[in-house]
Parts: sequence; C-alpha cells; structure tokens
Amino acid sequence: MSKSAKKLGKLISLVSKRGFSTSSIQKDAADNGVKSLNLYSAINQALHIALDTDPRAYVFGEDVGFGGVFRCTTGLADRFGKNRVFNTPLCEQGIVGFGIGLAAMGNRAVAEIQFADYIFPAFDQIVNEAAKFRYRSGNQFNCGGLTIRTPYGAVGHGGHYHSQSPEAFFCHVPGIKVVIPRSPKEAKGLLLSCIRDPNPIVFFEPKWLYRLAVEEVPEDDYMLPLSEAEVIRPGSDITLVGWGAQLSIMEQACIDAEKEGISCELIDLKTLIPWDKETVEASVKKTGRLLISHEAPVTGGFGAEISASILERCFSRLEAPVARVCGLDTPFPLVFEPFYMPTKNKLHLFIYYNNNNNNNNNNNNNNYYYYYISLIN
Amino acid sequence: MATLLFRNSRAFLLLHNHQHLQNKLPFLLGIRSPSPPCSNSHFLPSFLLSSLRYESTKAQPQLEDLQHHHHQVIDFPGGKVGFTSEMRFISDTSHIRVPCYRVLDDDGELVKPTNQVQVSKELAVRMHSEMVTLQTMDSIFYELQRQGRISFYLTTSGEEAVNIASAAALSSHDVILPQYREPGVLLWRGFTLQQFAHQCFGNTNDFGKGRQMPIHYGSNKHNYFTVSSPIATQLPQAVGAAYSLKMDGKSACAVTFCGDGSTSEGDFHAAMNFAAVMEAPVVFICRNNGWAISTPVEEQFRSDGIVVKGQAYGIWSIRVDGNDALAVYSAVHTAREIAIKEQRPVLIEALTYRVGHHSTSDDSTKYRSTGEIEYWKMERNPVNRFKRWVERNGWWSEKDELELRSSVRKQLMHAIQVAEKAQKPPLEDMFTDVYDKLSSNLEEQERDLRKTIEKHPKDYPSDVPF
Repeated sequence: MSKSAKKLGKLISLVSKRGFSTSSIQKDAADNGVKSLNLYSAINQALHIALDTDPRAYVFGEDVGFGGVFRCTTGLADRFGKNRVFNTPLCEQGIVGFGIGLAAMGNRAVAEIQFADYIFPAFDQIVNEAAKFRYRSGNQFNCGGLTIRTPYGAVGHGGHYHSQSPEAFFCHVPGIKVVIPRSPKEAKGLLLSCIRDPNPIVFFEPKWLYRLAVEEVPEDDYMLPLSEAEVIRPGSDITLVGWGAQLSIMEQACIDAEKEGISCELIDLKTLIPWDKETVEASVKKTGRLLISHEAPVTGGFGAEISASILERCFSRLEAPVARVCGLDTPFPLVFEPFYMPTKNKLHLFIYYNNNNNNNNNNNNNNYYYYYISLIN
Repeated sequence: MATLLFRNSRAFLLLHNHQHLQNKLPFLLGIRSPSPPCSNSHFLPSFLLSSLRYESTKAQPQLEDLQHHHHQVIDFPGGKVGFTSEMRFISDTSHIRVPCYRVLDDDGELVKPTNQVQVSKELAVRMHSEMVTLQTMDSIFYELQRQGRISFYLTTSGEEAVNIASAAALSSHDVILPQYREPGVLLWRGFTLQQFAHQCFGNTNDFGKGRQMPIHYGSNKHNYFTVSSPIATQLPQAVGAAYSLKMDGKSACAVTFCGDGSTSEGDFHAAMNFAAVMEAPVVFICRNNGWAISTPVEEQFRSDGIVVKGQAYGIWSIRVDGNDALAVYSAVHTAREIAIKEQRPVLIEALTYRVGHHSTSDDSTKYRSTGEIEYWKMERNPVNRFKRWVERNGWWSEKDELELRSSVRKQLMHAIQVAEKAQKPPLEDMFTDVYDKLSSNLEEQERDLRKTIEKHPKDYPSDVPF
C-alpha cells in the first residue's frame, strides 16, 4: 500500500508542474515485463491487446485512424487494418449508435468520443438505447460489447469545452457502467476489463494525466476488477473518496495532513456505477469522517450520491458532516480555472486542524466550522 | 424514363450527359427482363454496377466532362471540381418532384411496361394472407385496448403493404431494426399471433418480460431487434449491424424502418452519412405516411420528401408507391441485392398513409379531415388493391378471403384468451437484465422491496408472482 502511495506521490510531482511532457515512454525503465508508461501509452497498449486478442474487436471514432488527437490509437490502424480501426464522420450520436449496432451483433465496439464535453449529442443513444438494450429485450439482445472511451477533466487551458467532467449525468442511468482510472497501470487494466465486460461502459480518461502520469505498467494482458474500490492510502482520522485525476490532488493533501498529524485514508472509487459502497462504508465506520472530492460542479455531482448513501449506512458512526470539495457551480471557466478547481488548499480547509477555529465558535455560517471542531476532538 | 430508378448523382450524370450509354443500362431504363422471385441470381450486370459506383474521390469520368466544359479544375480533397464563371445557385427541387415507382394501379391492374421482380402464385397468396392477418390482428387488438384489456396499441392500418411486401422481399438472415409500425415483418418471419398477444398483455411468456409497453416486440430468433420508442435511434445502429455483416462476409444486409418524422432527427442524418462512408450494406425503408402524429409533412421538411435526401449523402434511393405491394416487393428485393452485392446502402421512400390514429392515445380527426382518411382507406387501400390483382390472376377468391378472415379471427380470440389468463412475469424479472449479473445495489433494493410487499401485500398487483 505504501508502495503505491509512493508511486502516486511521484505522479503528483509531475502533475503539479501543469505542463505536457513530450516523452511518452521512459526508456530507462525496469524490464521484467514492466515498462514505465504514461497514461495514453498505457491506453494504447490496452487497445493493442484488445484488438490482438479478439478478432471481433473494433476501434473507431473521430481522427482515430491516424492515432487520435491524444495519440491513444497510435499504430493501431497500421497493425490491425482500416477495417478494424477507422475514422468516423464527425458525429457523436452516429458514433455511439453505430457502436451499439456493431456490439449488438456480437462484436467488441470500442468507440472514442474525442472529448467528454462533446458526448452530449450521443446522450440519447447512451441513455435510451445502450443502457436499456438488454433489459428491454428480456436479455434477447445486448450491446455489452460497447465501450465508450472519452477524455474528461481539467487540463489547465481547456476552458468550457475541453475541461468538463460529465460523469454524474451517466451515473443516473441503470444499465451502463461508468469507470474512471487514476493512473497508467490502472488505465490499462480497467480498460481491458471494460472492453471485455458484457455491459456497455463509459470509460472516462483523465486527459491531464495522458502525458504527465508515468508509472510502471506490466506489459502483459491483465484486467482489474470493476465495481471494486481500492484503499490507496490507509489512514485512521478521515476517509477521502475520489476518482481519476483528482486523486493526485487528494493524495498531496493527505501527505500534507500527515505532517500535521492527521491520518487520511484515501479511496479510489474507480467504478462509479455500480459502485463499491462496502469499501467506503468500512472505511468511514473506521474513521468517522468522509470527504468526497471531484472536479465536476458540486451540485448534483456524484459526491452527493456517495454522501447520501454513506449517511444512510454510517450515520451513528459519523463524527462530522460529510464534506464535499468539488468544482464550483459555474461553467468551466478558462482564466479562472485555478479558482474553480477543488485544489489542495480547499482540501486543506477541511482536513486541517486550525488553531483559529476556537475563535469561530459563534460563527454558524462557517461551513467548515463543524468539521474543524470534530477534528480537534 | 426509368420506372425503377435508384437516384444517384453519378447515375444521373451519366444519363444526362452520355445518352449513348443508355443501351448499356437496361436495368436503369426499365427494360430489364424479369427475374424469378427470391432468386439469388446476380441479375444486376456487374459492369453496370461497377461503372456506376459512386466514389467521390475517384470521379475521373466526371472530370473529363468538367474539363471539356470548363477548362480548369480545382484539385480539392475528395475529388477534382470544375470552375465556372457563371454564378448559379442550386435551386430546391420542389417543382420537379421525383416520380413514384409503381407496378399496380389503384385498381390492381399491372402497369406496363414495367421492370418489377416477378412474384409467384404461392408468394402472392402468402403476401395477401399475411396482409389480411395483420389487418385482422390490428382491428382486434385495437378493440382490446378500447375495452381496457391492454394498456396501449398502435395499428399499421394503411401500411400493410410496406410491412408485408418488404418482409417478403428479404431473406430471414437479413437483420431488421424496426421503428414500431412494422409488426408485419415479424409476422412474416413466423412470430405467432400467440406471441404477439403475449407481448401486448406483458405476461410471463412475453420475450420482453413485461417491461415494455404493448407493440414493443422483438425476437432474436427472427433477427428482429426489440422495438424502442425513441424515434430514429435504430438507424445508426443499423449501420453498425450492417458493418458487422460486411466484416463477417455475410450474404445478408441490415434493414431498418423509419417514418417521415424520423427524417428530421439527427440520427437519420447520422445514419445516412455513416452508411455511405462505411459502405455498409443497409437498406433504409422510410414509410412516408404523411403524418408524424399531428404534424403534416409540409411542416416536417421542405425537400421533395425523403428520396432526394439520399443523393446528397451519396446513397442510391428510390421513391415507391407504398400502397402497391408489388412495387414495394420489387424495390426492396432489388435494394437488398444492391446492398449486398455492391456493399452499399440504399434508401427507399415508400409513399403511404397512416389510416389509423397515431396510437390509441391519439384522435387524428382533430387535425386531419375524415375525407382524407376515407380516401386513403377506401380508394388507395393497399390490401384491396393487391387482392384485386391476385383475384384477377385466379389465385384467390371471395370464399378464400372469408375463410381466412374467419380463421385468423378464431386464432386471435384463442391467443387473447390464453395471453390474458397467463401469469405476469415474476418480481425478480424487474431486477434482472439491467446488467448481465445482478449488481449489489439491485440485490439490496430487491430485498427491501420484498420486505415492503410482505407487510402490505394488498397494495401491490396480485397477478405478479412474488
């Protein structure tokens, strides 16, 4: 566990630089079937394996043929041919509709939506078609072979339409799964699981980490379980739950808090629906406190669902209100991104013992008040 | 001019600019000798199809014309384009409406000369019988809804020919992605009246496990994807299904249906464009029945119907009299051959009319005249027209008709009795099939629900086994 925390720490130091590295593969990595890869290369490796191990697998989307705007599909068309790896017209509802039909015929259809911000034209196909395909037919038909990959989240300069985190919209839809990896190794294993899972899945890729996150990734074909959360940093005072790129920010806050004597348990949810309540529940029962953090706007975000569920299960064990540190309820603002984001500073406000709190006893309007008090005690 | 003419920009160019090619284009010009029904023979001359293949990136013959007329061309991505010094806007086409292909006139007389695909006595009798069966099923199920015994219904009245003749022209290996007004295709493929009744009652024998409203049929065995209510969503899916057939090298196509209203949906345009670009063997059959619930076609689009939309996407298309079963049969049969042999999509616009209300929740006399409905019901009735033709051939008599109607009625009454008495699906069917396996949140919810039912059993439907 501490080993993975160290790895994540390394990842954070890269992320905090907020720039794109141009190198995709670290040549000086250890061998033994393990290579240092960044996240897009890990995705690329997963797609190679998926196409190689199943002749009925297809990869398609806008600009996928030449390797994709984030390079995730590099080399696939050359290796597997243009019949299996191909560009589509610029039309998201067409891409997903086509993918559903392809999957319904017993294929593994891996569709790319170039940015999660542009997934909405396909919303009807995902919500009304893919999600209900099996149920409405009484299991006569299914499009379980469909996996929709799409880059999501902040990138430092993406503004309204290259930064959004729309995962919560899809978490309200029985019949699909929503999966978000935090690192290259996770991305490869989870993507392979998604492609081979017999249910339609929306797989959000943290685009900020495509090049920045570098990790040792096994070269072989491996899968990581869906609907299983992971405690990536054990602790005893407070539970933090997040997913995707936000975990690196949260990990940094945990490290800082540790220096102040606060032990944080950090959980990567990985699969948002159907989600692993049990792991979060067990952790909160131990720590008595829960903080959820995501980049998407706080109102109606998936944090609200986690908060409500854990309150139902852990009410008597909670020593403080469940806290949410999330994106603000504005459209994603270009220049104001540093203010919008659920940064380490905002996390600190919730986690730290603050000596000045004692002066705030009468200030009931202070959202953080109860939290501080609970941590003091 | 051709009576069976698939519109295509390349084909039109050839016809207009190369009259000498007419002798080589018997198929397009309507002088092809008839093929036997259901024949697998390659009746389209291969040279013709290859010469007419629309490939925007390889428009060399067109280029020669352009160079001849315009001297200069722009070498643009996607193909060379000629210059002109004449500023001319392409007009809309509403003043030259695309003619409608038909084989039978309103009296059921063969229109000659024609190039229809021949229909044998056996096939014709079966087509007529299935149309009558469909008609009878519609009228009885409609009444059933009026009596409050099923929750909803939606008839195919007036569109029996599009339903049955298109189904007759296809192979059972062709994959159907229906809208919702095509139960005739499923009927043709062998879905029994009992199975239709089970679905409408949502009982335990319904393949859909009682989860969807009546008429949302589906059958894996019959290559008929389950109906979903959203409009046009099945169209891009059909392209994906067709692409799968193409990759598997199957001698089959995907066939998808939609209405005139569907063509305003984004999914229609997505599907047409994807189909053309992917060179997918898919046949789009658009039932232009004049009305999308209460919205007439003139408030739906300003193009000359649907047929002209194909050309802009690089898709062959044809307008056919949807109330002429022989014309529908010929066009669909030929479109299927083109889709499979040429590996390309085809668009068929069938001009028909929704004689019934949109559904049992609709009263169409509120927005259209009873005179208009009566005209289509009586004068242009597709079943009567086809009947006259089969009778004229001596293949069918009034006695046959009476016997058939009475027999179908009896079968339906029996099917309804059985379906009505059958148990509803068990409660567990509410939770299964959301995913391939029951997820933990659903297990929990099922447990909680059962506890509630145990405490208040009288508050829940008694016919759902708990």
